[in-house]
Amino acid sequence: MSRISEVVKQARTAFQSGRTRPLQFRIRQLEALRRMIKERGQDISSALAADLRKNEWASYNEEMVYVLEELEHMIQKLPEWAADEPVVKTPQTQQDEPYIHSEPLGVVLIIGTWNYPFNLVVQPMVGAIAAGNAVVLKPSELSENMANLLATIIPQYLDKDLYPVINGGVSETTELLKERFDHILYTGSTAVGKIVMTAAAKHLTPVTLELGGKSPCYVDKDCDLDVACRRIAWGKFMNSGQTCVAPDYLLCDPSIQNQIVEKLKKSLKEFYGEDAKKSHDYGRIINARHFQRVMSLIKGQKVAHGGTGEEASRYIAPTILTDVDPQSPVMQEEIFGPVLPIMCVHSLEEAIQFINQRKKPLALYVFSSNDKVIKKMIAETSSGGVTANDVIVHITLHSLPFGGVGHSGMGAYHGKKSFETFSHRRSCLLRSLQNDEAHKARYPPSPAKMPRY
Amino acid sequence: MDAFENTVQRLREAFSSGRTRPAAFRVAQLEGLGRFLRENKQQLQDALAQDLQKSAFESEVSEIAISQSEVDLALRNLRAWMKDQKVPKNLATQLDSAFIRKEPFGLVLIIAPWNYPLNLILVPLVGAIAAGNCVMLKPSEISKSIEKILAQVLPRYLDQSCFAVALGGPEETTRLLEHRFDYIFFTGSPRVGKIVMAAAAKHLTPVTLELGGKNPCYVDDNCDPQTVANRLAWFRYFNTGQTCVAPDYVLCSQEMQERLVPALQNAITRFYGDDPRSSPNLGRIISQKHFKRLQGLLRCGRVVIGGQSEENNLYIAPTVLVDVQETEPVMQEEVFGPILPLMTVRSLDEAIDFINHREKPLALYAFSNNSQVVKQVLARTSSGGFCGNDGFMHLTLASLPFGGVGTSGMGSYHGKFSFDTFSHHRACLLRSPGMEKINDFRYPPYSPRNLRVLLMAMEERSCSCTLL
Repeated sequence: MSRISEVVKQARTAFQSGRTRPLQFRIRQLEALRRMIKERGQDISSALAADLRKNEWASYNEEMVYVLEELEHMIQKLPEWAADEPVVKTPQTQQDEPYIHSEPLGVVLIIGTWNYPFNLVVQPMVGAIAAGNAVVLKPSELSENMANLLATIIPQYLDKDLYPVINGGVSETTELLKERFDHILYTGSTAVGKIVMTAAAKHLTPVTLELGGKSPCYVDKDCDLDVACRRIAWGKFMNSGQTCVAPDYLLCDPSIQNQIVEKLKKSLKEFYGEDAKKSHDYGRIINARHFQRVMSLIKGQKVAHGGTGEEASRYIAPTILTDVDPQSPVMQEEIFGPVLPIMCVHSLEEAIQFINQRKKPLALYVFSSNDKVIKKMIAETSSGGVTANDVIVHITLHSLPFGGVGHSGMGAYHGKKSFETFSHRRSCLLRSLQNDEAHKARYPPSPAKMPRY
Repeated sequence: MDAFENTVQRLREAFSSGRTRPAAFRVAQLEGLGRFLRENKQQLQDALAQDLQKSAFESEVSEIAISQSEVDLALRNLRAWMKDQKVPKNLATQLDSAFIRKEPFGLVLIIAPWNYPLNLILVPLVGAIAAGNCVMLKPSEISKSIEKILAQVLPRYLDQSCFAVALGGPEETTRLLEHRFDYIFFTGSPRVGKIVMAAAAKHLTPVTLELGGKNPCYVDDNCDPQTVANRLAWFRYFNTGQTCVAPDYVLCSQEMQERLVPALQNAITRFYGDDPRSSPNLGRIISQKHFKRLQGLLRCGRVVIGGQSEENNLYIAPTVLVDVQETEPVMQEEVFGPILPLMTVRSLDEAIDFINHREKPLALYAFSNNSQVVKQVLARTSSGGFCGNDGFMHLTLASLPFGGVGTSGMGSYHGKFSFDTFSHHRACLLRSPGMEKINDFRYPPYSPRNLRVLLMAMEERSCSCTLL
């Protein structure tokens, strides 16, 4: 048996021991995870700096703080969420006990990705642990430092058999996907999402796929452009544009395009200074391949700002493109880099039509002071989630499910939704053996009266 | 370009037009569905009798009435279900509007089986319509009479730009599955479930799979054998055993088995008379293929009740088997027929072990006067659903989600769960452009002071420390 099979088998055996069933056990594991973040914050931060040139602030405010919030919330709410949920009875079941009973699924696989390599592996893990599962983690090999760190610290704080970390590249992941799991949560690309779901189908394993797409951002003529551009610049260029819910491209009326460019430039200067390369707060591209990919998207475009890059440090300047042609490469794939194309549309209807001709995105943004514009944009499009008059923030509220639709994904997690995603909600009806006469009506030969439902 | 291309295209265009979004449209469709059931009741009963020799009683309770009640439930609750669901906010979003918007996926495909050919296609249809989708129905070609009514009569009651019925066998279904749908709802066997999910994966289409398995039934020593036998027999032989949630096999002690067998005989005689073959309350097997399969199972173990079969009538007698081995076919595949194997165990622990070594079933049953025993079986096993001291009554509550786990399925439906299954739950946060000062904290350049403040806030246990 391969090492990977051994590890998964061990996790399953540990699950079958039953020790994850008591809530106390799960809470202790969650508390240990919380301790891990508080005690090893520096190490986590260093790994993020090495992988993505994230600074300490970003490590805490963009990764760790959300996991801590999720942990707090989960620890507090677990007894309530794990309790049996009584349901409305029918006339025939007045004397009975119908309820929904939440159970763990068994062994959950979480496949992480490299852009928020700590958060996107550990935040789902919180829900999986809380629901009583064993959890196999597969961090992304592209964020190598984080992968190695997780393999070291997780076993130092959590049950070693129940929550193994498996590292490796494509071939290890392929091998891992041959194993049987009871749920797989995958964060990453659409292409690999299909591979994961196909592998899951062989075992009838349910999946949650957090994928991506091009998240559109419509800026109305009637809006406070200063505020809008500040918020857009913040969300777009954080982590050097490598955020699945970053505003991918802008749609606006040609009459405000120049203003938008100027205000974006102003905010960029405010955030990163004259030369973003010198800013401690500006990140780098994860690797050479992605660097080249993003740089090639700029080729042949009208560059209103930035447009340069430095291969050695994988730095790409905050870049704004104007009058972008919808057929060009930068409008064909998710950019996942610090390049913001602006496309001109002449009306809200045109913007909506443009969006609807494309695959459903993970996020959608609309900036307007006019409620009607916002309502119409939301009503006539679809996306995983929406923030109006800001970007990204909808995913930070743990009472909102975080997930995609269509090509941007299926299923969701965060907060209570996580607990539900990683649980089986089992319908239960407890009746008594007394009074079988009451059921006479249902037995053949054909009864005189039809039971009413 | 195949037979379905045009239809799929047409349904997509209809969806894009927005026609299915208003509540009034959905209500009209649901009302149409209700009228279809009421106006064609006799024809539907006749068709079910033709396909499965289902009695009028069974057709009413397990097909027509249940479909009607789901239509009525949806009509009563549609507007409430469609409302945006407000969610609690944190400190940073206090002034914002946060809610979950339920949206249709688009084009839904519903593939139904032959055993409850009306129920298992119409109940999901109710949910898909209520959620605002356009729907392609693929009824089973094996239950031919119902298929005909669904293809020829049902469309007259629905807006035909938004609904279509696809016909054909495995080959046509394979071709149908090559098209992209926005949701696929499948009821059938685990084997085909895998094929459906693999096809769905090519388009990243989410699925609900209502599959099957072997539903164990634990009978404790502490119970009245006749009461248990009545309940076991009724739920086993209903629809001639062709029910995904029927008790599949019994686990009990040797002593209980000896009391259960005569009690089961009493129940069978009471229900179907001395000659079950002539009882109007016992149905027939759907096809030659399944008949032959079940006939084979009659050779397993030892027949203690029934065991008769008649090929040209597709008749199999209500049968009870004992002394079956785990390795025999009757204990390897889902029975899906009027045959009940009894297996003896020496203790509750042995029964639970036996159950847990197998795939998670769609349903699980435990009979005991001692509620602790029932609760133990529940706590130490897993299954789609569970009923203590009865058969699949849990299905009759629309307030309970109906679905499997593991190889018995994924996802669920019935009642509001149907509406939620066929909806995309879109997270929405509407912020105001004002109050920008609150956001200041999140913007670069970052000073060590920002970090100190954040770390301090993180120390506070119960505060919401998202300072975005």
